[in-house]
Amino acid sequence: MSFVILASVTVIAAMGLLFARKPVHAALSLAVVMVGLAMIYATLEAPFLFAVQIVVYTGAILMLFLFVIMLVGVDTSDTLKETIAGQKVLAVVLGVALGATLIAGVGQASIATMRGLASANEGGNVQRLADLLFSRYVIAFEATSALLITAAIGAMVLAHRERIDPKQSQTDLAQKRVADYAKSGKHLGPLPPPGTFARHNSNDTPALLPDGSQSTKSVPAILAGGNSNGSADEGQGE
Amino acid sequence: MNGLEQFGQDPWWIIAIKVLLVFVVCVVLTLFNIWWERKVVARMQHRIGPNRHGPFGLLQSLADGVKLALKEDLTPEKADKIVFITAPILACVPAFVTFSVIPFGPEVNFFGVQTPLQLTDMPVAVLFVMAIASIGIYGIVLGGWASGSTYSLLGGLRSSAQMISYEVSMGLALVTVFLMAGSLSTSQIVAAQEDWWFGALLLPSFLIYCISMVGETNRAPFDLPEAEGELVGGFHTEYSSLKFALFFLAEYINMATVSALATTLFLGGWRAPLGLGTVWAGANEGYWPVLWFFLKMFFFIWVFIWLRGTLPRLRYDQFMFLGWKVLLPASLAWIVVVAVIKMAAIEGGFSPNWILFGFGLAVTVVVVLGFLNRLPEKEAQVTKPTGGFPTPTLPQGGAVRGAAQPLVFGPPAVSTATNGVRILPSPEEAK
Repeated sequence: MSFVILASVTVIAAMGLLFARKPVHAALSLAVVMVGLAMIYATLEAPFLFAVQIVVYTGAILMLFLFVIMLVGVDTSDTLKETIAGQKVLAVVLGVALGATLIAGVGQASIATMRGLASANEGGNVQRLADLLFSRYVIAFEATSALLITAAIGAMVLAHRERIDPKQSQTDLAQKRVADYAKSGKHLGPLPPPGTFARHNSNDTPALLPDGSQSTKSVPAILAGGNSNGSADEGQGE
Repeated sequence: MNGLEQFGQDPWWIIAIKVLLVFVVCVVLTLFNIWWERKVVARMQHRIGPNRHGPFGLLQSLADGVKLALKEDLTPEKADKIVFITAPILACVPAFVTFSVIPFGPEVNFFGVQTPLQLTDMPVAVLFVMAIASIGIYGIVLGGWASGSTYSLLGGLRSSAQMISYEVSMGLALVTVFLMAGSLSTSQIVAAQEDWWFGALLLPSFLIYCISMVGETNRAPFDLPEAEGELVGGFHTEYSSLKFALFFLAEYINMATVSALATTLFLGGWRAPLGLGTVWAGANEGYWPVLWFFLKMFFFIWVFIWLRGTLPRLRYDQFMFLGWKVLLPASLAWIVVVAVIKMAAIEGGFSPNWILFGFGLAVTVVVVLGFLNRLPEKEAQVTKPTGGFPTPTLPQGGAVRGAAQPLVFGPPAVSTATNGVRILPSPEEAK
């Protein structure tokens, strides 16, 4: 019963992954697939795999996917243009081949009741897994972790850049601002805020100076558009 | 088999009552914590705080909640509708779910049935909490993305980076607990703390967990995802009405969850504090443990409020530095130390408790002393004003003190006054 519910949710989410137009929706469907798989592990009495599946795949890997996709923006959809020539044909051929192999393989297997689960989980699922991982499969386990660490260090080396000039600290920046003030009289503090609280609630209302004139620096250049109060050239762009 | 036989034996109506109780406890805790936070912060700022609705203003958060729910529900035009609606639910549901594995007390007579005061337990209960919490991050990230606003997106990105970073050091702090308890199930971990609380035995882990739990829940001083000075409201800028209320609820439940987890893992869970159990045997039986549990939990929540009332927000790079370059290596080193001591104790047949306690205490004292020595603040020497005019007192040696370098722009530009205050020339003079 629980398998039927979980399997149908997982399959529907997998379909969503295929047919969603926005990449974020596709990634979300994939998250549902992962959680569905984790639930199935839980019903199959593999609680450790259940937790690890969610922590690693849903929590870490898919979150990184989302991270990248999110930066593309809300309304980006997949383009339907083929970037690799003959990709569609190749995809159909390989997909059909994979499906045929799977159907042939699964069709020949006979599915009986589970055997050996009780002995495999004897003394607790987590404890038995730990026994296996740190005794029989310790070489494979350590090799995998070495591989992952190598990959992580490789990514860091590739992305690393040596700094050529020294980094400016807050003290340096403050001294530079004061030096600028001493040389040219450039205002030390932040720019004046717009006069939004006086009569209007719009950001493009200039603030009034004590003598009643409008402060040109109080409206961002991008809002002023350089038309009326001439703040476009000395607005906030500096 | 592994000490978890007492779970999963309840009749369905007991389970239903327990589920309902967990839900009610979460919601009431949220209402109470909001009131408590406002009251405590108000006291810290010499105010009175809410005192109008109900006794001591206790019903203030209820009134606020009802008002919030009746507000207009806005959906921005540029928002991704489905994700925008799903996000607060995704943030809220995991917050409730994690509470299901928290042990509130031992086995008691519950409406005539002998059952532990805990909804359920599993061999991987603490990992389960981490897993569900990582789903909760989705709510915040997606809420930030789906709003279609730059502030929200930045808040969401910050939040996910922050929670993932601090989940790592949090998880590593828990590893030593697993090593000492020999189990990942919450009830077993409480049982393992009969003689020694892990908070004393594994002091560095406890402190690392406490720091990362503040980062994990996006609370001050680590509340960068909703830094109002930079990001308006962060990921929930565009949310209003019930959807915003759900985010708010999730934040407060998460606060309660990490506090409850800290209680369970480090402060002996529902066990009576300060050796009370040795003096009075009844302290660890019946419904008394519920009182100890909530007392310990409210201690953590009070610390949360205290931090918020006293500390300014960190800069983002300082925050990441702390997470990745301080907490992470520290937890790794401490895991190695604990593993070595525990293994030596097993081989040598002695108890590792006092050694671990002493070692952890020494490490903590050294680290804290190191932090204290780095503080540049010293007693300021103040010069009294000389003239009759009421000028404020100034520190000796000028207005600038501490590590800041003196500002020098060449001899003609700066003239030093007699009391050490540098007077910068006006722009006209400089030209």
